[in-house]
Amino acid sequence: MLQRRIIPCLDVKDGRVVKGVNFVNLQDAGDPVEVARRYDAQEADEVVFLDITASSEQRDIMIETVRKTAEEIFMPLTVGGGIRTTEDMRKILAAGADKISINTAAVDNPRLITEGAEQFGSQCIVVAIDGKKSSDDNWEVYIHGGRTATGLDLLDWVSEVEQRGAGEILLTSMDADGTQDGFDIPMVKRVAETVKIPVIASVGAGSPEDFVEVFKQTKASAALAASVFHYDKYPVPVVRNYCREQGVPVRPPWKGEKNEKIEL
Amino acid sequence: MIGIVDYGMGNLRSVQKAFERIGYPASLINHSAALKRAELIVLPGVGAFDRAVTNLKSSGSWDVVLNHLELGKPYLGVCLGLQLLFEGSEEGSEQGLGFFQGQVVRFKHVEPVPHMGWNEVNWTGVAEDLLPDNVSQPCYYFVHSYYPRPRDRKIVAATANYGEDFCVAVRKGECMGIQFHPEKSQFAGLDLLKKYCDSLISRGHLSIVDAVS
Repeated sequence: MLQRRIIPCLDVKDGRVVKGVNFVNLQDAGDPVEVARRYDAQEADEVVFLDITASSEQRDIMIETVRKTAEEIFMPLTVGGGIRTTEDMRKILAAGADKISINTAAVDNPRLITEGAEQFGSQCIVVAIDGKKSSDDNWEVYIHGGRTATGLDLLDWVSEVEQRGAGEILLTSMDADGTQDGFDIPMVKRVAETVKIPVIASVGAGSPEDFVEVFKQTKASAALAASVFHYDKYPVPVVRNYCREQGVPVRPPWKGEKNEKIEL
Repeated sequence: MIGIVDYGMGNLRSVQKAFERIGYPASLINHSAALKRAELIVLPGVGAFDRAVTNLKSSGSWDVVLNHLELGKPYLGVCLGLQLLFEGSEEGSEQGLGFFQGQVVRFKHVEPVPHMGWNEVNWTGVAEDLLPDNVSQPCYYFVHSYYPRPRDRKIVAATANYGEDFCVAVRKGECMGIQFHPEKSQFAGLDLLKKYCDSLISRGHLSIVDAVS
């Protein structure tokens, strides 16, 4: 049986993990390589890096961070933030990322989805989408980190993204952002029923119960969170075990032999 | 020597470092001459079937791999490297290596596709020496839309269920193919690679000198 995935996300700025609410009061939260290693050891199912570096000159730092991280972990790594061209994609993938995530660039230039899928395969093109409720059962797509409304209907956009060859949708609810009241169940439910590609529910997780809720009430393939895991409030194993207790199919911890690092 | 075929189908460093982690250094090889010296050929790869065939042929690796297989030497195909062992794929029009009879087909009765994530796997007796201790249904990381349908069911080394039971590993003699990604499967993946390499050593198919160099 395919397991539901639990995915920690790291906001990375100038090569450091930062945490803060809505990108203000950012605090240093460590070396991304080390944090990703810890999540790997905790058997997170994947990890996502979101580059929130402002200037494009600093992007090379991210590539170096991806390269160092990919050397250390044995799980899939998705990298997003500031990727605007297929050349940007190629650099990140060559550095060792498994998937790249695009958001604003996909709305500005939907052909980027198609071109990325053709060049690198659909499996590595994740389209991240920020949605905000406009009326009952209607959501609008926002870009530029949620600052700009696009007039695009969310359900139309997810269908287009799928048709253009995206391999996965990373769905963020702006209404649930920062609340820790749980995932946006109605939005996730509608999107996951609209497309045939995997949907990752993002934003809103405040407790292990929220993961159980989103997995039981929607067809989301994965649930992503940042602060829940960072603050060590609910480490990945705690969330995983709770999901398992509640009958959600998530991967059990490995009980076999463990090949720890061998220095060559 | 373990040779990983580097033929322009994705970044293969992750596969190489998985071998390093378990104490079996492996080389990324993009020259057919060097590939001929490999005791174990590892063929990974993510991407389109036809492009994989074309790239392998233009690099000269295709014939080396075929010859290696015909001589009964150790081969490990991962993802596309498993699918290429078959006669052809619904994904493209090129012919595969044809080492095993059967076609590679697309998931038709299940959503979402691609099949992406960690799936439980049931190993068969064909892979008895590779099974993990204390784990009855290990999970490995998958990302694919196609899977092989071997004509000869006796080569099926493992199956998984995703809408239907499908073949995720084959093994015959020293030829093995796996659909999932051991290099992305944390402890489960490394454990499998380790047991696989250990088994080659124990049968004299891999030189210990190389393994510890």
